[in-house]
Amino acid sequence: MTVISHHIAEKLIAAHVAGQLPHVFSVVVAAHISVCDECRARAEAAEVLGGALMDSVGPVSLSSGALGRALAALDDEVPEPAPITRSGIFPAPVMQAMGGKPPAWRMLGGGVRQQILAADGEGSLRLLYIPPGMAVPEHGHRGLELTMVLQGSFSDSEGRFAAGDVEVAGGELDHQPIAGPEGPCICLAATDAPLRFHALLPRLLQPLFRI
Amino acid sequence: MQETISEQTLWLLAVRDQRDRQAFARLFDHFAPRVKAMLMRGGLRDGTAEDVVQDVMLAVWRKADQFDPHRAPASAWIYRIARNRQIDLVRRRPAPLPELLDEAPDTEPDAEQILALEQETTRLKAALLALNPEQTRTIEQAFLEELTHTEISQQTGLPLGTIKSRIRLGLDRLRKELADLKPE
Ligand SMILES: [Zn+2]
Repeated sequence: MTVISHHIAEKLIAAHVAGQLPHVFSVVVAAHISVCDECRARAEAAEVLGGALMDSVGPVSLSSGALGRALAALDDEVPEPAPITRSGIFPAPVMQAMGGKPPAWRMLGGGVRQQILAADGEGSLRLLYIPPGMAVPEHGHRGLELTMVLQGSFSDSEGRFAAGDVEVAGGELDHQPIAGPEGPCICLAATDAPLRFHALLPRLLQPLFRI
Repeated sequence: MQETISEQTLWLLAVRDQRDRQAFARLFDHFAPRVKAMLMRGGLRDGTAEDVVQDVMLAVWRKADQFDPHRAPASAWIYRIARNRQIDLVRRRPAPLPELLDEAPDTEPDAEQILALEQETTRLKAALLALNPEQTRTIEQAFLEELTHTEISQQTGLPLGTIKSRIRLGLDRLRKELADLKPE
């Protein structure tokens, strides 16, 4: 495992655990946690908080016979679909987003390739392939962006990002990432739909995480 | 301060290690009504919530081998399963899950470490109780209820030892965050 120097902020991890992140961001967080023990520990701490809250809520009774139903089902054979696992540089949550298939690149010019994995009202998720020394294409975006490096590296005004690192960029950050010279840079980038995420997250989590 | 490992964690260990049905029944009695409460706060109707509770509790039985008491009290591990199930349902696609961390199967349980995590959890609960009602409401809303906004409206490197101590560090930070919220 490589040494990771750019992590995901605690508040984003907590939001992921609480189910408050749009799907495309959660894919990036889950991919990073897959390779980062530091952030995994943060996520598990947030789960302890979630568990403590769940444990403290007023319970709601189940219908009679609910326990009996559960006990009777313990021995049922449940066909589990084969889990999607890591493949090469792609952690399991990325493989899941790729439908378990290798990347199907589309050429963007200048040797840059991309594959859009998800794009809907809540944001978009794409894989990018940037030849060494090339600039990562700008996608005219003003919201939150999470970019995780899967292979190679890129550098911008915020520093150098290598495999496993995540850059969290807000709309104000005018960065121009350039792929490192050591080889093609492959990264996973999630961007939110305009005006979605920012309006939502602070309201829910600001008191706790002081965004 | 709690002196022994909680009975909930012991029940879950009995389910994991002995496939103990009586321990499962006890876990069900304790957690199923809480999971149901969370699902209903999240917008599920009573009948649907009961079905999802069944799914969640059966997943507890089937996935018990993934439970590691050094890293999670029973409540946290069951919260994860229930919340992810809720996300699956609301988004109508599977929640992205990180790869599992495999512990060497011959790892001996370390009672002291399990207890330390539970004590930290108890402190966190105490910090929650010290919040004012509005703060409690906000945190409960984030962790137990509302999933991302529009969906709801549409619907209606380190070694494991280090991870374990990092979880407690994270809890300590969370507890302090909560304590800082407390009005003077
Ligand atoms: Zn990290």
